[in-house]
Amino acid sequence: MDVRFKIGADGTSIDDSGLKYDINDFDAWAVEAALQLKEKAGQGEVVVLSLGPDSVAETIRKALSMGADKGVHLKTDKIPFDGFAIASALAAELKDGGYDLIFFGKMSPDSSNGIVGPIVAEMLGLPCVTAISKLDIADGKGTAKRELEGAQEIVEFPLPAVLTVDEGLNTARYPSLKGIMAAKKKPLEVKPAALGDKKVAVKKLELPPERAAGRIIGEGAAAVPDLIKALQTEAKVL
Amino acid sequence: MANIFAFAEARNGELRKVALEAVTAARKLADSTGGEVLALLVGAPGISAKAEQLAQHGADVVFVCEHEGFTQYNPEATAALAAEKIKGGGYRAAVFTTSAQGRDLAPRVAAKLGVSLVTDVIGVELAGDVLTVKHPMNIGKVIATVDIAATPAIIAIRPNTFTPAQNAKAGRVESVQPVGDPSASRVVVKELIQGGGGKLDLADAPVVIAGGRGLKAAENFKLVEDLADAFGNAAVGATRAVTDDGWRPHSDQIGQTGRLVSPDLYIAVGISGAVQHLAGMRTSRTIVAINKDKDAPIFKVADYGIVGDVFEVVPALTAAVREARRGH
Repeated sequence: MDVRFKIGADGTSIDDSGLKYDINDFDAWAVEAALQLKEKAGQGEVVVLSLGPDSVAETIRKALSMGADKGVHLKTDKIPFDGFAIASALAAELKDGGYDLIFFGKMSPDSSNGIVGPIVAEMLGLPCVTAISKLDIADGKGTAKRELEGAQEIVEFPLPAVLTVDEGLNTARYPSLKGIMAAKKKPLEVKPAALGDKKVAVKKLELPPERAAGRIIGEGAAAVPDLIKALQTEAKVL
Repeated sequence: MANIFAFAEARNGELRKVALEAVTAARKLADSTGGEVLALLVGAPGISAKAEQLAQHGADVVFVCEHEGFTQYNPEATAALAAEKIKGGGYRAAVFTTSAQGRDLAPRVAAKLGVSLVTDVIGVELAGDVLTVKHPMNIGKVIATVDIAATPAIIAIRPNTFTPAQNAKAGRVESVQPVGDPSASRVVVKELIQGGGGKLDLADAPVVIAGGRGLKAAENFKLVEDLADAFGNAAVGATRAVTDDGWRPHSDQIGQTGRLVSPDLYIAVGISGAVQHLAGMRTSRTIVAINKDKDAPIFKVADYGIVGDVFEVVPALTAAVREARRGH
């Protein structure tokens, strides 16, 4: 699905009329990870917390229909850009929750900063492992795998902890019809988000310059010599 | 005059290229106000030998912290030390990188300092009191211009965007002590598993050859590997469809949920060009696409396209690249 974004009239936000929001992949894997741990333990509770405008409620419902037990919606007018402000509001809500593990997606594809999870961990004083692609929990300790550029790290940490989820950890389940029906009856608490002062502000949004139109060199292997020539003389990359 | 802090990323006792990029970006900012660049390098005993390279790229001072507890990346102790150095230094900005390590470290440091940060920065400017950065968002389809009024401004730059530049400075080495005991961190990296022997990583390779479903089977990635081999300086990537099918490891995936690459040359082999894939490679300098479907969206972003069967075109291209490189 190719989404074309339009910049809003204020020049600093996306015009989201006609856009449909959905849970992003990283967050769906985070929810899945929590559900799998609960199922394995045979007990426990999975709470889904999200922050944003009304559209967020639907995202929380989706997580509830996957199997989460209850939702908390910290309400804002818009989707804030400032990850520190978002983390402040989330940490205030999570502080007294007594959670064993707090999962985040490693980043939101909207603001694309990927900072909220580790900032929340610092605010709560909890150990944190980011961008995990494998996880084992046993005896109050965890072992996770992190994907690096061309390498991986095996990381150990004590619980409670904050983890952010990368691709590869699991495959998120689709909500079943039964799950969707059950989600309608699950509790969803709505309260205002305590964002605090914003420390960074979007001054302007713009669409990236289109790439200059390229050209089809030709068809089949016969076009290879012309491509080589173009790479050598025009692009100068060979 | 504003001094700028730069974090120099190392892995396994070696500086990573992004360390030089961070120092280069910091140098530019410092020069715009007549300030100095102070870099922080942490590692196992012996890492101080790498300070010279940071000086060559523009560090006036290199803080070096050597400790056995820094043999592997130590997120908690590194963040504690970086935050303390930044706090005491009166910096206008601190430059980190948007690598796996930088993404982990920079937000921890910002949180300790009580400030926000912007990652994946592709442009930065300091005008008067305001530091302004460019940051791609919404899977690369929107570019935000963001003002960071807070001091210090914490930014993490996108790899392969700020080309390392020689700009030799004194690079006076100052040995610094860790904050607390690095061996007592709660989060411990037990093992570093290095990727395939000496192969270039996607983030560092000047040439990236990526394969998609058009290759039809895992074993046909041999074609892509042979082409990469012909270039000699190429890394191999893949689309999400391919990594989801297990043809290639997840770490090879280029796109929205995978790696961001921005090489000099990107060759898409049998890739249709889904928007999620384009998000990971559209800033490549030159893009070549080979696909049998002339209407594939990849041709809209490609500088050069060949419409044809990858099983015919790619071996011919591999042979031609070998030939061209032999002529050098």
